[in-house]
Amino acid sequence: MHNSELSESFDEMTSGHSTGDYVKINIGPSHPAMHGTLRVVALTDGESIVSADPEIGYLHRGVEKLGENLNYTQFIPVTDRLNYCSAICNNVSYEMAVEKLMGIEVPEKAQLVRIIMMELARIADHEVLVGILGVDLGAFTPFFYLIIQREEIYEIFEWYNGARLTNTFGRIGGLVADLPSDFETRWQKLRDGIRNANDETDKLLTHNRIWTDRTIGVAAFSPKDALDWGFTGPCLRACGVKRDLRKDEPYSLYSRFDFDVPVGKHGDVFDRYMIRMEEMEESIKIIDQAFKMYKEMPADAPLIAKVPKTIKPPAGDVYHAIEAPNGELGFFIRSDGSDKPYRLKIRPPCYMVYQAFGEMVKGEMIADMIACLSSLNVIAGELDR
Amino acid sequence: MSQQTLVSACLGDMVVSISEFVGDLTVEVSKNKIIHALEKLKSDPSLQFDFLSDVVGIDNLGLHAKKAKAPKKDEPQQEAAPDAGATLPRFEVVYLLLSLSSNKRLRVRVAVPEDDCVVESVTGLWRAANWPEREIYDMFGIRFKGHPDLRRLLMWDEFKDHPLRKDYPLEGKNEERILNYLD
Amino acid sequence: MGEILIALIKVVFIWVWVLLCAVVMTWVERRGAAMIQDRPGPNRAGPFGLLQPLADGIKLFTKEDIVPAKAKKILFMLGPLLFSFPAFSTFAVVPFGDKFVIDGKEILLQVSNVNIGFLYIVALGSMAVYGIILGGWASNNKYSILGGLRSTAQLVSYEVPWGLALLAIALVYGTFSLRDIALAQSGTFLGVLPNWGVFKQPLGFILFMVAAYAEANRVPFDLPEAESEIVSGYHTEYGSMRLGLYLFGEYVNIVTLSSLITTFYFGAWHLPYIDMSAFLGPISYGIASFIVFFLKVAFFLWLFVWVRWTVPRFRYDQVMTLGWRELIPLGLFNIFVTALVIQLTA
Repeated sequence: MHNSELSESFDEMTSGHSTGDYVKINIGPSHPAMHGTLRVVALTDGESIVSADPEIGYLHRGVEKLGENLNYTQFIPVTDRLNYCSAICNNVSYEMAVEKLMGIEVPEKAQLVRIIMMELARIADHEVLVGILGVDLGAFTPFFYLIIQREEIYEIFEWYNGARLTNTFGRIGGLVADLPSDFETRWQKLRDGIRNANDETDKLLTHNRIWTDRTIGVAAFSPKDALDWGFTGPCLRACGVKRDLRKDEPYSLYSRFDFDVPVGKHGDVFDRYMIRMEEMEESIKIIDQAFKMYKEMPADAPLIAKVPKTIKPPAGDVYHAIEAPNGELGFFIRSDGSDKPYRLKIRPPCYMVYQAFGEMVKGEMIADMIACLSSLNVIAGELDR
Repeated sequence: MSQQTLVSACLGDMVVSISEFVGDLTVEVSKNKIIHALEKLKSDPSLQFDFLSDVVGIDNLGLHAKKAKAPKKDEPQQEAAPDAGATLPRFEVVYLLLSLSSNKRLRVRVAVPEDDCVVESVTGLWRAANWPEREIYDMFGIRFKGHPDLRRLLMWDEFKDHPLRKDYPLEGKNEERILNYLD
Repeated sequence: MGEILIALIKVVFIWVWVLLCAVVMTWVERRGAAMIQDRPGPNRAGPFGLLQPLADGIKLFTKEDIVPAKAKKILFMLGPLLFSFPAFSTFAVVPFGDKFVIDGKEILLQVSNVNIGFLYIVALGSMAVYGIILGGWASNNKYSILGGLRSTAQLVSYEVPWGLALLAIALVYGTFSLRDIALAQSGTFLGVLPNWGVFKQPLGFILFMVAAYAEANRVPFDLPEAESEIVSGYHTEYGSMRLGLYLFGEYVNIVTLSSLITTFYFGAWHLPYIDMSAFLGPISYGIASFIVFFLKVAFFLWLFVWVRWTVPRFRYDQVMTLGWRELIPLGLFNIFVTALVIQLTA
């Protein structure tokens, strides 16, 4: 597709006559910095970007159409493939939407395990983001420090349910399995590892003059614009808007935990990076508290609510959103009373963020555009669905 | 005052119906008043639904057929033609609103008949509606009047159909094969 | 006849030696990166993965040689050659040790002791840019052109502070010959410090060092081939051994630049406070001076690796700002101060 666009002739490309004085550069869908299959058609004046038009859809798999043709339980594995960096958050978000639709009360113990796993997934997601941001700005080393820790988190996932990336975590109504008995020792080791890696990254990047020069003030966005464009999650908080669904619309048991919501000031790449770094620490705090509560639970406490064998929710609409690592991840479900959703709409957080990308990078340089893209954490899986 | 009465007071006679289900408030407004209604909801000081979370398109073809079929359960099946519900508007656009100050959510529904598949674009109120509206155009074929750049979003430009319509088959219509011939 | 034979031996020897250094450097780079990044690195081919460069070489040689259909063929082929040629040729004037004395005959460990070694270095240093810009231009790829343009601007900008730092060195030692500069760095000055360029020209050393990183296109100045931005820059379209020549030329460049840093600023083959020629025989002294020289070079080679895996990359405009608004004024200031001091102490 778009073959004619890709193969501009040599003369056209070099003379600059094709698009006035500007050169049109096609970045992606296969380009080292276009994580996943993103594509940006940029009009450039030398190194500066005159306009950038993000094109999406290269990873479109018709997830919503699939959802209409699978029954409620069968759809859980499909949600893994949305934001594949933190599949557990997708699973739980979908399960909670269905539970809300059916009015199922999930046992507390299951909720605690879910929170522990979701926060682990959040840490893993943020670690990938910070690592990739470093790689895209030429700092290769922190990536490895962080990815090693992410691998440790994946070990925990694997040891819980046998899958590293696509976890298919939980069931509608609760969980199948309890946390294994040696979670505590594993978690303590992991926590130290994560803190160490974050410290190393902090030392290598945060006060590095080249790093600050490359990130501070780059692709800054005002809070007003951010809200207008429907930003949520770290990208919105970086602009200085304190909004976190875990605090503002506390779902599950989040109202019981004591944690801060880090907020930035300028909405630039540096703030987005710092917010992620700080959020990892907050997630560690949440996991510690959740695990403490979990330990106080009786060993034979139920893990799954009473759920009918075939899940047939009553007819009606429901929307439920959680704070995924990227922001508000919501599922809109219209049920017609059958065992399949009549319509299932996913609200991916980075979709809203990425649509403002063209405006965000206008006037910046190509290198800044890459930095900006990485800092938004656009995951093609949930963007294109 | 409950949220429901606040919303109906704010919108007045624009409300077609208002209902609550599992704690979610949904209000249906008539299609030609949608911009006005959303504007009012956004600026009303006691509601302040100032954040557009998402826009959802729905094709109710199957749902209407089912509704039409349901009362005739004991009668012979051939009576329930799929176009039995055609008198009801086929499509629906749902706006998911959120108030940042009170953390309340509201869904605003608009029914869109198949023969008049055009809705006013809300990109003037929230730029966030840009891609969701493009996606609905792509997936359902509902056009948005006043949208700055109404192109297909997820499917490629040469694609003819609207895949999330209920009459589009799950396995597609062999477009990939056609695409390969083009190369 | 004997002269020519000796010259030939020297040329072949240093050529093979530099090649070997560059080959080992590719291994050091990968193992060094692995060490810094908590991972094993290549360890399958041979002991400690030492045969990895050989495996890479075989792979590159046996790959299909692809020339893009719309590329300018001759220029496309010329690019990698022009890039690696100056890197090797610069070594002609670098003294890689002091001398052997065989049968009363002095053999200098230097291919050619020309008295305008400086000009030769600067001239050849500017040549490398042709290889890059030709490669970028001839590839018929927008990323390649961007890479070529970035590289040209960067190399041209950093030639200036580079040259200014060299000029200050020439002022200090009063000669353009590299061997004379090396010889002048024996003994001590001010009583305590070794008589090395770095102590006489600390600011000049920093300028030279920064400019050397920029000349070598290494992180933080690797913009011409910034992978995440412009895919691979000027060598995006290259494959097989042509790509190999570019990659390899970069390492040869690093070896050359490290040798220059050692020659100008770190006393070439001289050990601090110790005069090796006083207690070593004529042949063992020659060997010892060679070893000392390359130990110092090895340190700077490692520094190149170390820096690369530690810092992020600059942005294009930041590189330009650093070059023109900071390094060049500093270089001019350095020359002014150097000249003033020389004038006052003369």
